[in-house]
Amino acid sequence: MSNLSLVITAIAGLSAAIAGCALPAKTRVQAAVAFTWGACIAALVGSLAVLHTGHAMVLNSSRILPLTGVTMVLDPLGAVFVVVTAIVAIASTLYWLGYASHGLSTRTASAALPIFVTSMLLVPAAGSVATFLWLWELMALSSLLLVLVDQRRREETRSAAQWYAVMTHAGASAILFALVMLSAHAGNQTFAAIRIHAVHLPAAVRNTAFLLALVGFGSKAGAVPLHVWLPKAHPEAPSPASALMSGAMVNLGIYGIVLVGDRLLGGGPAWWWLTVTAVGVVSALFGALHAATSTDLKRLLAYSTADNMGLVLIGIGASGLFAATGHPAIAAIAMVSALLLTVNHAAFKGSLFLSAGSVQVATGSRDLDRLGGLMRRMPITGVVFLVGGLAIAALPPLNGFVGEWLLFQSLLHGLPTSSTAVAIAVPVGVAALALTGGLTAAAFVKAIGVGFLGRPRSEGAATAHEVPRTMQLGAALLAGACVVLGVVPMIVLPALERAAAEAVPGAPAHSLRASVELRLAGLQGVLAPALLAAGLALAFVAVIAMRRLAQRRSHLRVALRRAEPWGCGRELQTARMQYTATSFAEPLQQVFDDVLRPDRDLDVSHLAESRYYTEKIAYRTSIGDVIEHNVYRPMIGAVNVWGQWARGLQNGSVHRYLAYGLVVLVVILAVIV
Amino acid sequence: MMTIRSILQAIAHPRTVTEDLGPPSQVAADVPRLAGSLQLRHVDAGSCNGCELEITSTFGPVYDAERFGARLVASPRHADALLVTGPVTKNMVGPLVKTFEAMPEPRMVIALGDCARDCGVFRDGYGVEGPVGDVLPVDLQVPGCPPNPEAIVRALRGLTGR
Amino acid sequence: MNGIGGVIAAALVAGAQIAAVAVGGPLLVGVMRKVRCHIEGRVGPPIHQPLRDLRKLFSKQRMRPDQASWVFGVGPVVLVATAVLIAAISPLATTHPPLGQTADFFAIVFVLLLGSVALALAALDTGTPFGGMGSSRAMTIGALAEPALLVAILAMSIPAHTSNLPALVRIGLAHPQLIASPERFLALGSFLVVILAESGRLPVDNPSTHLELTMIHEAMVLEYAGPDLGLVILGESMRLALLLGLLVNLLAPWGIADRPGAAALVIGLGALVGKVVVAGIVIATFEVFTAKLRLFRLPELLAGAFVLAVVGAFTALVIR
Repeated sequence: MSNLSLVITAIAGLSAAIAGCALPAKTRVQAAVAFTWGACIAALVGSLAVLHTGHAMVLNSSRILPLTGVTMVLDPLGAVFVVVTAIVAIASTLYWLGYASHGLSTRTASAALPIFVTSMLLVPAAGSVATFLWLWELMALSSLLLVLVDQRRREETRSAAQWYAVMTHAGASAILFALVMLSAHAGNQTFAAIRIHAVHLPAAVRNTAFLLALVGFGSKAGAVPLHVWLPKAHPEAPSPASALMSGAMVNLGIYGIVLVGDRLLGGGPAWWWLTVTAVGVVSALFGALHAATSTDLKRLLAYSTADNMGLVLIGIGASGLFAATGHPAIAAIAMVSALLLTVNHAAFKGSLFLSAGSVQVATGSRDLDRLGGLMRRMPITGVVFLVGGLAIAALPPLNGFVGEWLLFQSLLHGLPTSSTAVAIAVPVGVAALALTGGLTAAAFVKAIGVGFLGRPRSEGAATAHEVPRTMQLGAALLAGACVVLGVVPMIVLPALERAAAEAVPGAPAHSLRASVELRLAGLQGVLAPALLAAGLALAFVAVIAMRRLAQRRSHLRVALRRAEPWGCGRELQTARMQYTATSFAEPLQQVFDDVLRPDRDLDVSHLAESRYYTEKIAYRTSIGDVIEHNVYRPMIGAVNVWGQWARGLQNGSVHRYLAYGLVVLVVILAVIV
Repeated sequence: MMTIRSILQAIAHPRTVTEDLGPPSQVAADVPRLAGSLQLRHVDAGSCNGCELEITSTFGPVYDAERFGARLVASPRHADALLVTGPVTKNMVGPLVKTFEAMPEPRMVIALGDCARDCGVFRDGYGVEGPVGDVLPVDLQVPGCPPNPEAIVRALRGLTGR
Repeated sequence: MNGIGGVIAAALVAGAQIAAVAVGGPLLVGVMRKVRCHIEGRVGPPIHQPLRDLRKLFSKQRMRPDQASWVFGVGPVVLVATAVLIAAISPLATTHPPLGQTADFFAIVFVLLLGSVALALAALDTGTPFGGMGSSRAMTIGALAEPALLVAILAMSIPAHTSNLPALVRIGLAHPQLIASPERFLALGSFLVVILAESGRLPVDNPSTHLELTMIHEAMVLEYAGPDLGLVILGESMRLALLLGLLVNLLAPWGIADRPGAAALVIGLGALVGKVVVAGIVIATFEVFTAKLRLFRLPELLAGAFVLAVVGAFTALVIR
């Protein structure tokens, strides 16, 4: 039965794509969604079986792909990622049912989305290099098609798709080199054979493979400085696709790093993991800072994805570092915390992107400076976004808090150590964790407060009304997962422990004991999320009762009066007098001015009659991505220059072309001989 | 810079110059008593600032009205009583009414000084709308041009009951 | 702890701590105001004036901006609820508070952060520029204070091998040399600066200012009236009392109840009150001689606290 589930997943996914392509407009989305759900459920069942029993699922076929064959191996580590992808996909496709009337119902899109989902479900189950690369490429191409859906309406979409295409393929080629190098040395392209052979590899090959894999998979995960495609592509994609990309696809970048670093190469020297941790720290801080100062709702969420993936990388780096310095028990806890952060991120980021999509549909804008007052006009979407925002800010009693607590504990308990690398990395990691936590809280107070609360700042926001039921449900499903994972994280922790045991050699069987409380085995660290939640609820009810009692005893004619807000006696109070997202972030922008380097443009035009009188002052400020500006644009400029020069090689003369052919032939003969 | 010992002495025995202020004034029976806690929001509706100086002196170290539970606050939402000085000028009618409406019940209006009572020396001025009583329901009046701080403290003590 | 008797005892201890903080918080604010007044040369309001103010506020009318959502009314409730929860489970009067095994320092910090975030959201819900301004400044300061706070917790947790707060206090009680160590002082110094920042005292924020443009915490509550304002004031004073209580118990835990029993609990409460009052007097005296810092000088102050904490953490690592 268990091997069958992967087959069913593939077949259901393919049927969904065919249905989306072939059926007429009225039914194609519903059919595609139905088949995709079939694929997700099959994958879920199979992975849950793998996680429950701890035995991997193996599937071999040499007939589907010529030359290389298809090998699928689903072990507990991969199963965790499949479960996460499946749940995010179910919620996103449910959302798609309601969203379809807003432009995601073309044949291409209806075929691409199921293919995207299916390939993401099968990537963690790939067991050989060829299978992995085929599925990876399929995932990249289908997501590219989805990003391009809106390209006729918006010009930024085309540019975003170009960046995405180039960077994802550059990453794919790095992954290709790494995996092919490993399989060439092992003589066989299955992961099992590579793992066995890995101990015999020379250090240079191991280091190169790991670094290439870090670059390729890190780019997919959104690690700074390879993240520049993320804030462009994720906002431009339609919302179900954005939710899938941020909630499921970036996780596969993390899966890839753990796959190559821990599973295939079996761990490595401390400097590998210090590099991973350093990349994580920089990503977390950079992403959080840009999220805190961004005024575009979806761009804010995209940078926040880079931030969260940075935290996951800190966990993975800490895990590898502790394993390399001889503490496998703490390494296992750190890996569990990294996986828990990944799972949590999928839940809250998926929910946030879907709600942001609802906001965009209802108001026509994703610019926070034009939103406001949506909590009263879109109550369900508002509450869902609130839950997602509080979860991502790591506030109890939601899931983000449990993940960050676990990461902090693993860093703290990894400290009794003689290694200076660890002694420096841990306080830096904790400081990064803290600063990103604070910046994320500021970013999401801004997003929720400016976007949903107060008074509407534009016509679109004032006339917004709630979106269709399926869209609300899709986002609410993931928000519900945030609450459940926050109060009872024990339902996922045994599975994550099993997955971590795969990744960290020498780990004890149970590093966490989780019943009502979460206990670290052999260490002093306890958390009782359910008790905290119950205590908060009890205190909340008690305080509200106290307030009501006070009101009842006050004998006032009107106990609660609605009035216009106090504006110092001003006669005119408009919605434009409220703080906007730009003004909210302005203190942070001033503090971090050197890192952000905003563009400021001040244009003063004077009256014709006299220069002493100004007619108009226009002030524009925007925060671009420093890395894109200072690293990528010069590189693109250099490539352009080189390209211009190379055009000189093609001057149209047939003689020259024949000469090229002759020279290359001579060189090849010389090399072979 | 004071020494630790002088600081501790100041905390234990403050050197104040407070004068004897006499009994609290009587207030009408229907004005709500606030059991020792009175938050005041001051609005200058057009005064010459003479009354403001007296208010500043009232809350200063010499007369120290805070001893009796009164305090000045920034927002009318936090206030129990609106302390109005000066005649109400035409431009200040709207803001004054808005300030009063922004206060939660039970709320009071204290008209401080002769100008607030009956426009004082500014009667029939071109910018003057009228005394505070024409615009808001006044609960307590403190006469004087300006009223001296003892009178203000007596009035506040009547409201707080301390 | 066995069965019903244990549960009742735990509930009583929780109730005692909550009551101490809920009544003691406003009294602490009253003491601090009194000290400031006396140093300034005037008599000032009596110590229990904040309690009188609260009693009056709870009998006044509630008001709400006409376009605000439910978040506006929920903000103060969450602020007080988080303070109540932390008062119940923190090692204030006893080293074995109810649910003490879940009183992780990290968890306590984040529960208090939940209260701050709730108030900041409610401030943005008012639809006034003051609410946005207060919220923006408060979140910026919170974001910059967090690294100092968490690294200070790390520095204190390293020698004790745990971040569980009752355990930290118990270990301090049993091994005084852990308290008289440089890393503990550095970490607590950093913690003190963060307390001043989070509870809005000078030099970060002037709690008695009337100038809206200089306000940070006050600006967020300009729109609250009656019971809501009472809850906000109560919540803020409870947080100050809580944080100072934690600080003094980490610095000088002697007097805290180490064994079960009503007598030990009463002594513990008395010791807590005494120590927190002393801390309050010291802070109030410091406030008289300090001017408020410009908003854009605050990152320097908080970065200084961060450096203190980092030096403390490295000291903890080096001294083994």
